[in-house]
Amino acid sequence: MGRADASQPIIVSRDLTKRFGGRAGLTALDRISLDVREGEFVALLGPSGCGKSTFLRCLAGLEQPTEGELLFDGRPIQGPPQGLGIAFQRDALLDWFDVLQNVLLPAEFGGLRVRDHEPRARELLRMVGLQDFAHVYPSALSGGMRQRVAICRSLLLEPRLLLMDEPFGALDAMTRDQLNADLHRIWADRRMTTLFVTHSITEAVFLSTRVVVFSPRPGRVAENVVLDLPAHRTLALREEPEFLRYARGFRALFETMGLIHG
Amino acid sequence: MSRAGRILLPLLGAVLFLLAWEVAVRILGVRPIMLPPPSAILHELSTAPLWFAEQAVYTTLITLAGFAMAAVLGVAFSILIVEWAVLERILFPLFVALNSVPKVAVAPLFIIWFGTGSEPKIAIAFLIAVFAVVIDSALGLRSVPADTLDLARALHGSRFKVLVRIKLYCALPHIFAGLKVAMSLALVGAIVGEFVSSGRGLGYVILTAQGQFDTARVFAAIAILGVLGVVLIGALDVVERYALPWRHRVAPGSGH
Ligand SMILES: Nc1ncnc2c1ncn2[C@@H]1O[C@H](COP(=O)(O)OP(=O)(O)O)[C@@H](O)[C@H]1O
Ligand SMILES: [Mg+2]
Repeated sequence: MGRADASQPIIVSRDLTKRFGGRAGLTALDRISLDVREGEFVALLGPSGCGKSTFLRCLAGLEQPTEGELLFDGRPIQGPPQGLGIAFQRDALLDWFDVLQNVLLPAEFGGLRVRDHEPRARELLRMVGLQDFAHVYPSALSGGMRQRVAICRSLLLEPRLLLMDEPFGALDAMTRDQLNADLHRIWADRRMTTLFVTHSITEAVFLSTRVVVFSPRPGRVAENVVLDLPAHRTLALREEPEFLRYARGFRALFETMGLIHG
Repeated sequence: MSRAGRILLPLLGAVLFLLAWEVAVRILGVRPIMLPPPSAILHELSTAPLWFAEQAVYTTLITLAGFAMAAVLGVAFSILIVEWAVLERILFPLFVALNSVPKVAVAPLFIIWFGTGSEPKIAIAFLIAVFAVVIDSALGLRSVPADTLDLARALHGSRFKVLVRIKLYCALPHIFAGLKVAMSLALVGAIVGEFVSSGRGLGYVILTAQGQFDTARVFAAIAILGVLGVVLIGALDVVERYALPWRHRVAPGSGH
């Protein structure tokens, strides 16, 4: 697999600035400096419009930074890098393909032999309890099930880097809890490097090994906290004192930024 | 609504309409040369059913030929202009300008070019129908959500794969909307073609019957055209259900 040295960061962002609409335009990201190491689960936490999605899109090679440096495995990101898994808030499933075909899309679009990846796709579906839905159209699934399919799709090619942009943002609270637990289980199992955008403090603290807080426009790194929480977590963790201490800390930070009024 | 209701209720509407027509013509004593009652039109049809059928088949074939050309070339043209912005800039304004010329005015020219056979009629049917296909198909090809295209890019999907695996599927419902309009327009085009020069077809029947003040025969041809339009659009509805199974079914293999 050619895994990089664990001390070598897989992502390096140095003074990354992104402006839309030329010199006088809107600054979405202002000198973001951030390293991410192999196997980390980093939550990007911040209010709407603070540039979280833009940062993720730069990492996915879908946007070019205006200034600064952005490296993946030591190389500048020019286009979408190899070994990337992506999931969005809207699951972006293709309605006209069945569940299995949707999960296999990265193989198909990557020009790989789709049949070779079918066992892996079925295994992923089994992992999220959707083994009986392989040949069903997405329209027949609930929102939570669709998002599970999208996660399977993002994991098909064993990505070295998983980018998730508010994947559970459109789900009801109970489904969201379930998917948080599912995603944590999957991550604890394979430890793929993950950047997870959210504006839920609870979700960020529950899922991640590190929380990076973005300040509102222009997006800057306001806080960068490595969490000292158990590696294997259950939803019950959210009632533990150490979890609540972190959650309270981030809420206090949001208050000082003027985003929450008590 | 039940299956029977979906078919029976519109039929009931048609029967009531015909009854009202029949009664009104009789009570008001309208002269048959102005407006024959439905019974007279039915009688007219029954005098030479095979002959009417032959004319209807001819018009149908012209319509379908013009429609098929419009469907194939229209979708192909929309792919060209959507995929290559330069082509759109060069060709689309020209296409719009050409389309704004009334096709009926061009019909006599086609007789000069193609003679008096089927070709000029197919050409007119095609010309009238193709615009709707191009507009709706281009709209459909552009209707892919932005994040779906982002995903395709991040997965290194080739342009061709994005076209045939994403854009065309996304466009299908729009394409079918355009095809239904195109079908009605192709029928109009076929009749226009037959008006201009023909020895066959329902347009020819209308034109000659009008010359003889045979109003019942004119109405008989119009009635056939009405039924023809409904049947052709209905056939497209059936094709659409099979072409877009994910809109009507739970799974690719399942019954419905
Ligand atoms: N393509 C774009 N063109 C212009 N402005 C954009 C574009 N994408 C994002 N922005 C702006 O950049 C800012 C950050 O957006 P975004 O990264 O989506 O924030 P977040 O994901 O944190 O809600 C917003 O003010 C948004 O309007
Ligand atoms: Mg966002």
